[in-house]
Amino acid sequence: MFLGRVIGKVWATRKDPSLTGIRLLVVEPLDHHCNNAGDPFIAVDVVNASDGEIVYWVGSREAPNALPDKRGPIDAAVVGIADRIDL
Amino acid sequence: MFLARVLGSIVSTIKHPDYNSTKLMVVQPITPDREDDGPSAIAVDSVGVGKGETVLVLRQGAAAALVLNVKLPAVRSVIVGVVDHIDITCPDPQAMNQESATTTPAI
Repeated sequence: MFLGRVIGKVWATRKDPSLTGIRLLVVEPLDHHCNNAGDPFIAVDVVNASDGEIVYWVGSREAPNALPDKRGPIDAAVVGIADRIDL
Repeated sequence: MFLARVLGSIVSTIKHPDYNSTKLMVVQPITPDREDDGPSAIAVDSVGVGKGETVLVLRQGAAAALVLNVKLPAVRSVIVGVVDHIDITCPDPQAMNQESATTTPAI
């Protein structure tokens, strides 16, 4: 899992039926100092994160596990909102 | 599995149910020489580690399932151990191979 910041949303009307009712976010990956750590990507939102929030996300095989039926054509999911990072 | 140094922890209220009653740590992957190796990551703590400790981190969902006792969790990285000591007996394997190749007596 890695840290990230929500920088936007993606709206897609025509999509795979299994993605119906799923929110898509644009996430900027961050390091522990909240500095940019790579290019933005699209992730599924399961915690209702809003713009500008620091979140943590999970990628690859474990991302679909965040969905209610634990399967779907996704490769990144925002799984939590970070209230505070204690370093 | 990879080695990492614990940098701190994350406080989070709103999270996926798979993360309920887990402790999230910020870890910095390191080389066996304890130098930083790649970007920092988040891992679930299953052993009770503290800031500054060198730990063993697993990046694999099946292992996370075993540790958290949840079927198909939305968790990928878990801390599975605290490293007490790293012993490097062969610091440069390539040089060692070349050396042994030249010193092997011809039969």
